[in-house]
Amino acid sequence: MGTVAEQGPLLSVEDLRVSYRSGEGRADAVRGVTLEVRPGEVVALVGESGSGKSTLAHAVIHLLARGGRVDGGRLRFGGEDLTGLSEQQWREVRGRDIGLVPQDPTVSLNPVMRVGAQVAEVLVLHGLAGRRQARARAVELLGEAGLDRPEVRARQYPTELSGGMRQRVLIAVALAARPRLVIADEPTSALDVTVQRGILDHIAALTSTLGTAVLLITHDLGVAADRADRIVVLQHGQVVEHGPTAHVLGAPRHPYTRALIAAAPSLADIPGRRAPAARTEPVGGPGSALPDDGRAAPLLSARGLVKEFALPRTAGGARTLRAVDEVSFEIPPGRTFALVGESGSGKSTTARLVLRLEQPTSGTVHLDGADVTRVSGERLRRLRRRVQVVYQSPYASLDPRFTVERVIAEPLRAFRVGDAATRAARVCELLDRVALPAGVAGRLPAELSGGQRQRVAIARALALHPDLVVLDEPVSALDVSVQAQILDLLAELQAEHGLSYLFISHDLAVVRQIADEVGVMHRGRLVERGTPEQVLLDPRQAYTRELVEAVPGRRARALGVSG
Amino acid sequence: MAAVEHLQPGASHAAGAVIPAPGRRWPASAARPVWHALRRSPGLTLSVLVLLGVAAWVVAPGLFTSADPITGVPAERLQGPSAAHPFGTDQIGRDLFARVVHGAALSIQATVVAVVVGLAVGTFLGLLAGFLRGWVDDVVGRVVDVLLAIPGLLLSLALVTVLGFGSLKVAVAVGITSVAAFARVMRSEVLRVSASVYVEAARSSGARWHAVLGQHVLPNASGPVLALVALEFGAAILAISALSFLGYGAAPPAPEWGSLVSEGRNYLAAAWWLATFPGLVIVAVVLSANRVARALERRVED
Amino acid sequence: MTRYVLRRLAQGAVVLWAAFTVTFAILYLLPSDPVELMASGGGEQSVIDPALLAELRAEHGLDRPPLAQYLHALGGAARLDFGRSYQSDAPATSLILDVLPQTLQLTVAGLALSVLLGVGLAVASTYPRTRWLRHALAALPPLGVSLPVFWVGLMLVQVFSFQWRLFPAIGNDGLASLVLPAVALALPTSASIAQLLARSLRQTLAEPYIETARAKGTGRARVHFRHALRNASIPALTVLGVSVGQLLSGAVVTETVFSRVGLGRLTISAVNTQDIPVVMAVVVFSALVFVVVALAVDLLYPLVDPRISLRRAPVAA
Repeated sequence: MGTVAEQGPLLSVEDLRVSYRSGEGRADAVRGVTLEVRPGEVVALVGESGSGKSTLAHAVIHLLARGGRVDGGRLRFGGEDLTGLSEQQWREVRGRDIGLVPQDPTVSLNPVMRVGAQVAEVLVLHGLAGRRQARARAVELLGEAGLDRPEVRARQYPTELSGGMRQRVLIAVALAARPRLVIADEPTSALDVTVQRGILDHIAALTSTLGTAVLLITHDLGVAADRADRIVVLQHGQVVEHGPTAHVLGAPRHPYTRALIAAAPSLADIPGRRAPAARTEPVGGPGSALPDDGRAAPLLSARGLVKEFALPRTAGGARTLRAVDEVSFEIPPGRTFALVGESGSGKSTTARLVLRLEQPTSGTVHLDGADVTRVSGERLRRLRRRVQVVYQSPYASLDPRFTVERVIAEPLRAFRVGDAATRAARVCELLDRVALPAGVAGRLPAELSGGQRQRVAIARALALHPDLVVLDEPVSALDVSVQAQILDLLAELQAEHGLSYLFISHDLAVVRQIADEVGVMHRGRLVERGTPEQVLLDPRQAYTRELVEAVPGRRARALGVSG
Repeated sequence: MAAVEHLQPGASHAAGAVIPAPGRRWPASAARPVWHALRRSPGLTLSVLVLLGVAAWVVAPGLFTSADPITGVPAERLQGPSAAHPFGTDQIGRDLFARVVHGAALSIQATVVAVVVGLAVGTFLGLLAGFLRGWVDDVVGRVVDVLLAIPGLLLSLALVTVLGFGSLKVAVAVGITSVAAFARVMRSEVLRVSASVYVEAARSSGARWHAVLGQHVLPNASGPVLALVALEFGAAILAISALSFLGYGAAPPAPEWGSLVSEGRNYLAAAWWLATFPGLVIVAVVLSANRVARALERRVED
Repeated sequence: MTRYVLRRLAQGAVVLWAAFTVTFAILYLLPSDPVELMASGGGEQSVIDPALLAELRAEHGLDRPPLAQYLHALGGAARLDFGRSYQSDAPATSLILDVLPQTLQLTVAGLALSVLLGVGLAVASTYPRTRWLRHALAALPPLGVSLPVFWVGLMLVQVFSFQWRLFPAIGNDGLASLVLPAVALALPTSASIAQLLARSLRQTLAEPYIETARAKGTGRARVHFRHALRNASIPALTVLGVSVGQLLSGAVVTETVFSRVGLGRLTISAVNTQDIPVVMAVVVFSALVFVVVALAVDLLYPLVDPRISLRRAPVAA
């Protein structure tokens, strides 16, 4: 993109301060931010949750959430001062001069309005077309946004479209009035990685053709690296670093930026294991065969797993959905097997089959050579002792009414391990093991941060000394810097206790940091298996290639940025 | 990685402080948020005081009035509100305030019985349906459908037809009409909590079903049910006073709030206070119960 | 579409049957002897000739085993025959039909008023930009749902009939006599509609798609009426059946307060004299009304919410 014209800035934000009502006082969200977007330029605003990046984006179009207030600073757009505009004047700016591509396409379209009408509405509102013309123009715009058969789509309701298609509708809405600036607020974080890439490509192509400037809000440095002319890094509501993309990534000056780059999984240059020092045996280099012990007696072996779900009866539709289709793999003791795939690929169902939370339609699960596919009752409960799980969302997986101590001690109580005193001692030991202070034992999950909660969930999983831990997207709900810490912790614990992991993830970048072997799932089938190096550097299946190419951060890797 | 390690506490602090995150806060102990809520909402405080006051009327009516609720002073009949008789007097000279205060016992006891009947039967059915599912769920579902299809007052009237008149019978009849609401909320809460990740986590860490039910499902399902108790308390007062107004409650000289309004009906033109004050008391109590219900609902949502 | 209507009709019939069965169980199987009540004419302590009792039992089919009684009653109910009133000896169904127009007038007026007031108040308590005004208006529905219908009726009579002499206090005399009962009936129901709709509106206004609409440059009025109201009315529509049931219950009380002829008065006198066939007929009739309203709402749904028709019958594009 990036033909940056030498002219005045299109958008300039000077010393902007925004706060939210919180309890009885106010909490600052944006503390004196200054930035510029020049015409036709793509600027990425990067930060973790709570950095104020989304608040800033909303302040620019004067649409703060309830309780939000601009406390000071100046906004200029195309040379005009936006500060102090009336609501009526703002209405003319929104949609006409500045478009917005919102965060989650699945909830950002009015469910009871046809999508064509939602696109046409922008044109009618700003007097750019009459009703009839607007309708015809909406179809063109939908086509331009990359929807097939736009004339059919225009007459459909949002629920009839996929997430990616809905995001294209929202792009059509944002660009309909040909605004000079588009704010894209995490436009793809709710979408699968291959869809994400298509959408980002499309936004890039369209805006550069139209000469539209883009303010891209993202938590993903890889995405920013691929798309932006300039990057602005935000932390705690302040700009800590800004500059051309290559400078910020290649020669970061602020420690926070350096930390973000180091932590960003997609920017890691060479596929490599975390904490290799903790391992005794050498790790195979790129293209090497499986480690030798891969053929030793596996701890877990899944053979020909199939899971079918009955579908609600629809006219002419299939009666069953094959969520998992003939999946086989083994996990040697002390090793990590990762299942990668997009939503709906069957990876989580496979994990549930291994955990015996679902009954496979056919196929077997062996643990230490014993067939556990059909055990039930007390024997199943005893099996749970050896196979534990850590879930994706640490917000959902801890009972909100349980203290941390009760959460971690629950498996101990369930198996009547020790008395109250020894259990309390074990909880302390486990807290120490996951690097949490003993003081959190009496606290409720709500009082902890996301990363701390996930540590609690890991401590619970370790309480009974399991052999296998199933990690179901254990870091995808966390900020990047926290992700890195949790992955380190998992690697350490594995080395210490000889644990085996079944690691479920949608993120190839994360997987290559932790897995010994990777299986790629697509529509219920295991389409490719190999070491992370094989899968990432030399994918044999077309689908795997697509998945690998969709990982953001390619441009940064090409620039030689690395943690 | 050292750089990231020191970032973590700051980042998490900012996340907690800057973004107003609804749905993430749970009470640390029961008492603290209650005080917090009361301090911030005068309306809620007033509602709690009204309910406590009425409870005191039930327990010790003698503390609030020395007048006799049953035998009147004929010389003082049909007097308007005054310092001596805050709510005025009725056609045979009884102090209306005394009758309202003493009537609290009958009205509130009947209400409590009604709520307990609805709560016990309803939550039991809802628990069965939500926990066992399958055909039990279907059967309970149909029963609830039917109870919802018949308007509450008419169902109560049908029950009164066969049970006969009287405070307690009316209470049972009203209680049965609230079974459907309790069953529905309990069922959906049990289903919601049972489907939650933390229950699955408990199961997969080897907890037995009764531990899961007792430690996770019931405590987490109780919030909305508690809010419904307060809501149904208000609804039951309305239903019971309506039935008592229609003459199916306690036999005449006994003062019940609904029948007090009914007695005042004959003197609407001459003695406005007779129908007005007992009705206002009913409104105040129902409004307070609803306000408390809303506060409980909010606490669950937060 | 036809298949869907047929299926919903069948479901409605099942609910009706179940309502009939529950009511039959309550009225005929609970330990009370309708015949004794009938012979004693509601009084309790008279001594009755056993021969008369037996005769009455045979006449009303009450000497047969419960199952036979049930099947007989069910067969009758299917033909809208609920037996004869113990009191007047007229068919229960015709007693209902006689007074139905009066009650229909009242409930339809009450419903129209409830919806009008309810929707108006819900919009008024979410639309204004002024915070205190929104809060003040939002305090009204909770107050409204706390009002006992009978008391509201009496207060209206006190003010509008006795003090200002604007409307008659009692009777079924034309439109003027309908005003106060309809208002008394509608106040609590409109408050519950307003409460539900306002809550739903507030939730809807916080949805991301509302932000999308505002980011397009949509004005406040258009956001409210074009985008939010239709989405918000979906849950409110669901409880319309319950609202109608609430109105029927209210009608019983209102008719008593205003001494109006109607279904409510019929019910009260039937309960007072334990005239079981009439009570039975009234209860089943009210369930029928509920089922019909629920069906009508279901058929109206797709007009408001396109997702509904999609889910049930795949669209032929």
